[in-house]
Amino acid sequence: MKPPVLKPPPVNAPVLDMHNVSVSYGAHVPAVLGVDLTVRPREIVGIIGESGSGKSTLAHSVLGLLPKTARMSGERFMLAGADILKADRTALAALRGPSAAMIFQNPMTAFSPIHSLGRQLTDLLWRDHAQSGAQKRARIVAALAEVGIPDPVGRLDAFPFQLSGGMLQRVAIAAALLMQPALLIADEPTTALDVTMEAQILHLMRSLRERAGVSILIISHHLGVIAEICDRVAVMYAGRIVEEGTVEAIFRDPRHPYTQALFACEPALVPTGVRRLPVIAGEVPRPGGRLCDFAARCAVKAARCLEQAPPWTRSGEFPVHHVRCHGSALSGNVPSGRGS
Amino acid sequence: MRKQPALIEADGLSVAVPGRGLPFLRGAPLSILAEVSLAVRPGEIVCLIGESGSGKTTFGRALLGLVRPSSGSIAVDGVALPDFSARSFRALRRQAALLFQDPVSSFNPRQRIGAMMAEPRHIAGVGSTRLADIVALAGQVGLAERFLARFPHALSGGQARRAAVARALSVTPRLIVADEPTAGLDVSVQGGVLNLFLDIREQHDTAFLLITHNLSVVRHIADRIVILYLGRVVESGRAGDVLRSPRHPYTRALLDSEPVPDPARRRAEPPVIGEVPSIARRPTGCEFHTRCPRAQPRCRSEAPVLLDEPGERQVACHFPLPEAVNIPAPGRRMAQS
Repeated sequence: MKPPVLKPPPVNAPVLDMHNVSVSYGAHVPAVLGVDLTVRPREIVGIIGESGSGKSTLAHSVLGLLPKTARMSGERFMLAGADILKADRTALAALRGPSAAMIFQNPMTAFSPIHSLGRQLTDLLWRDHAQSGAQKRARIVAALAEVGIPDPVGRLDAFPFQLSGGMLQRVAIAAALLMQPALLIADEPTTALDVTMEAQILHLMRSLRERAGVSILIISHHLGVIAEICDRVAVMYAGRIVEEGTVEAIFRDPRHPYTQALFACEPALVPTGVRRLPVIAGEVPRPGGRLCDFAARCAVKAARCLEQAPPWTRSGEFPVHHVRCHGSALSGNVPSGRGS
Repeated sequence: MRKQPALIEADGLSVAVPGRGLPFLRGAPLSILAEVSLAVRPGEIVCLIGESGSGKTTFGRALLGLVRPSSGSIAVDGVALPDFSARSFRALRRQAALLFQDPVSSFNPRQRIGAMMAEPRHIAGVGSTRLADIVALAGQVGLAERFLARFPHALSGGQARRAAVARALSVTPRLIVADEPTAGLDVSVQGGVLNLFLDIREQHDTAFLLITHNLSVVRHIADRIVILYLGRVVESGRAGDVLRSPRHPYTRALLDSEPVPDPARRRAEPPVIGEVPSIARRPTGCEFHTRCPRAQPRCRSEAPVLLDEPGERQVACHFPLPEAVNIPAPGRRMAQS
């Protein structure tokens, strides 16, 4: 069964447009199943999900970073006007940088330990044959200053180990911005950082959307991070998007029992004084089930859930909000956080 | 003063490493921990909080002798260790267990989980290493028998964490020092690990020293909180008091930095800018003044002393924040000053 297209008639062509995209490792290990996802210009879209939900595979598929055993299929997979499904390795390599750039979870392993940062950032500009070394250097210094690195000129000779994690993550963002990408993909960009630095990096990413006009696809399992910067959120479970909507829709009126369970587990939302935190019993199943993947852990499952696959339906009162669940229309009125 | 004697008490514990450079030309020793005093009472859950570089992991290791303290003293049940020799710490470690930050790397990759759990009993010569008893041990942390025959790489993050807890529990320690016990775990699983700590405390009256930077977790589990900045205690007190009404601007900044899962409460500006200064170049005066929104000229020149306040509270600040009058709702941040 094919879910309906989410997208209202586009004002601007989306930067990323995925329709019914699946990724499997080898022939028998599906990781992402029938995903529909769009990212419009200057939009920040978040993906939430537990480990094993396929969110990283999804991000890597956009950049062509999947291992050779991975197979991609789908009806449409366009990145900044280029067809990812038809692109060969060379074409994908050409897209990396100008079309989409990525920030990884651990900035310490994102750089080579034995080359200076200036050297590594200069290497990124290899395509710009016309520019002199001094011109490239000026661009790099400007990019480092843009992301808030003190003494950017002095940092060119520094090695990664000489910078803190937060500073290095800033350099990674500067490296991505040097490519002037249409889409910035951030895979858990603040998980390895302290809270004080996390707040600063999130603030930086938000301001870059304003200043550089970049679209951002951010992957996180931290609900606070998602709430802080996203316009729209997709919830992934066992390789499928089970709920998607504006950040207000997802946080104010989560409809899928899995999303509701995630919110219930979030320690920041559990009232202070409650000592025993709730958990979701069981584990994320392997993707590829025919029926609802969450049924085994679901507290409100019905007989229907064990008979047919849940439909992708419009839900709730928010303008953009879809959910893949049989009972979603009935399960509203779940308090999402405080103040609702 | 205290109702109960401390199970373990560190008094003015310092750790220093030699300065950089060649012998004879070395710089001054770098002090990683500077006179940290901290006591954990039986059955108490104390959370040690700080950013990376604050010395929180070093403190946990120094307390159990994995890093040699350069000065200070450690007392168990009110009896001070005679010295910091390996022998003294070995006696201490019979009563205490350490949970490492990354459980899988703390396991032997070629040893099965069951054997790994039995090993402390074998070494200490206490408790039974019979299969039935190891199965019971695994059951305490919610691991099924089938996991005992597995190798560490075949466990998920939450299972590995439970196996590490089981190993720690095998010799029924009175104190468990846990370094970032929920780092890298999904929210759906981290509650399980923390609930397990509460169960263990209930059953064995085990005390915990949790070393973490995850404040949203601390809020639910801590009895007492100690905040470290550049290897010094800047604030400590009962968890409810510190979280409700932080007195040190650094504590306030940490609390405000935690992103709230509510899109309606986004922050216009990050609550604190900059990063932890290097211990090689400690700021003069109050070490937080370089990032403090309330810093005054006095803070630059004069280091504040950690002063005792009523209600088991300690603060090291010249201009501490006033006690909050209104009690904010759970997780709510107050208007930023």
